[in-house]
Amino acid sequence: MVNGSANGMSAASIRVDLQLVADMVEPNSRVLDLGCGEGILLDYLHRFKQVDGRGMELSMAGVRAAVAHGLSVIQGDADTDLKDYPSGAFDYVILSQTLQATREPKGVLEHMLRIGRRAIVSFPNFGHWRVRLSLLRHGRMPMTETLTYQWYDTPNIHLCTIRDFMALCDELGIVIERAISLDSKGTIRFDAGGRLANLLGEQAVFLLKRR
Amino acid sequence: MSTSQSHSVSGAVLPGHQLVLGPDAPLHLDCGEDLAPVTIAYQTYGRLNADKSNAILICHALTGDHYVADIHPITGKPGWWQELVGPGRILDTDRYFLICSNVLGGCMGTTGPADINPATGKPWGVTFPGITIADMVRAQVRLVDHLGIDQLFSVIGGSMGGMQVLEWAVRYPHRVFTAIPIASAARHSAQNIAFGEVGRQAVIADPDWCQGDYLLHGKRPQNGLAVARMAAHITYLSEAALHRKFGRNLQGRKLTYGFNADFQVESYLRHQGSSFVDRFDANSYLYITRAMDYFDLAADHGGVLANAFRGTKVRFCVISFTSDWLFPTRESRAVVHALNAVAANVSFVEVESDKGHDAFLLDEPEFHATLYGFLEGAAEHRGLPRAGW
Repeated sequence: MVNGSANGMSAASIRVDLQLVADMVEPNSRVLDLGCGEGILLDYLHRFKQVDGRGMELSMAGVRAAVAHGLSVIQGDADTDLKDYPSGAFDYVILSQTLQATREPKGVLEHMLRIGRRAIVSFPNFGHWRVRLSLLRHGRMPMTETLTYQWYDTPNIHLCTIRDFMALCDELGIVIERAISLDSKGTIRFDAGGRLANLLGEQAVFLLKRR
Repeated sequence: MSTSQSHSVSGAVLPGHQLVLGPDAPLHLDCGEDLAPVTIAYQTYGRLNADKSNAILICHALTGDHYVADIHPITGKPGWWQELVGPGRILDTDRYFLICSNVLGGCMGTTGPADINPATGKPWGVTFPGITIADMVRAQVRLVDHLGIDQLFSVIGGSMGGMQVLEWAVRYPHRVFTAIPIASAARHSAQNIAFGEVGRQAVIADPDWCQGDYLLHGKRPQNGLAVARMAAHITYLSEAALHRKFGRNLQGRKLTYGFNADFQVESYLRHQGSSFVDRFDANSYLYITRAMDYFDLAADHGGVLANAFRGTKVRFCVISFTSDWLFPTRESRAVVHALNAVAANVSFVEVESDKGHDAFLLDEPEFHATLYGFLEGAAEHRGLPRAGW
């Protein structure tokens, strides 16, 4: 959904936003990665954090690649298949760069915090200044380095800003334990709870828990 | 272990190993009867390692047998998973110890209705006790006990073999490290029971079936069994596969306006039917299809499939094929959902294929890559070194 080349499997370095997610995970924990793609994050967590990881991925190509690499991944849809999982089954449920592509982001978020003690969510920030400027200047749906699709073919049907997301967390009684935003280069990081984050952060990563 | 050679219904000598369970160690069946003696015919490939941690049990399908990677003693054809088995292959005989036994009720060396009932001195026929998938697995457990193996590294099988895999994982979870049910289901659907019934009635309607006593009368219900096989064979393929293979191509140059095999697909099916009767016993076909009909894992667990898997430590890899309409993906997905409900360790892949149910027997690179990757990952977790390490 978001730019950024997938690194080869079992690489020691992964995409910056995935690295931020990985850094939030305690070693030896149980992790469910929703929208895990080919399993790059799971593979990293398994190798470097000894995590007992599971994945769910919508695309069969992604699932096949992940399972062929020895990862425990199932074909499934976060919108419909999370109800099967028992409460508290995982330490972390991760949704990286996928929230905006779900049909019911609110329901998905609630399930994540039911199934996991904590949830980690990363998403592109629609409040970023480039997005705002693009819409202001051209009067057309913004396309940026992070949001590369045309309005008519984008899988990102529920884009939100950092402030939108924080408001939803508040509404659902979710505690934000950590919040990081990063610019397009992924180098400068803000506290995503800060005032400028919604303007300067191109992506955001949140560590959440139940109240 | 017996050294005597067993014979097929057509009289062919059957190579391979045998385990005989004597009258002192009968097999307790679901129907309530004790069966003894029981012969279990099996093949092995590769070597069992010192700590007996590298064994893989392969479970064959309805009309399969234990000649997984041997020239078949009756048909002369390569084994049904020949491509998967061997040094350096997916089921690597340099790394794993592979076991496959002919199922209980079968006709390739394991005790079945074509064998002599010691109490009467006559073939069992339809007096053979009714058997279930669980009974087949009980026989396999005895074999695995006999081989001194506490825990199988993997139990793998397609179709009815996948039912046995699930049965193993549910009833003997501590004895299974990984379970790989392929193109299978946790129960036989109404449609599958219906197909089974068509096959059975075709056999029973053949006058040479003789109320099940055909062996006593020196006959065999070949026509009925051939029709059963023809009907079943259609369900193993897909419309796309049949079309690709035969289309409406004619066998001869023009239509005959009669009921000979005008179309190539008819000729193909007839061949499938007639070659099947050479290697399979009609009563075995009745008993084994019935066992599949009776299979329903959830029914044994309060109607909730997830209860069957509660607390399981088994690592599952569930595989289905897009064009399989006999054991469609939704059946595999039901197993996956039940496993998710108990937060079990499960991988699930639906392989794209137009080859129908039989895809698990055929060269499907994505299926093979999935299998290889899953086994590699599991072997790493189990601490099984690669061959030569």
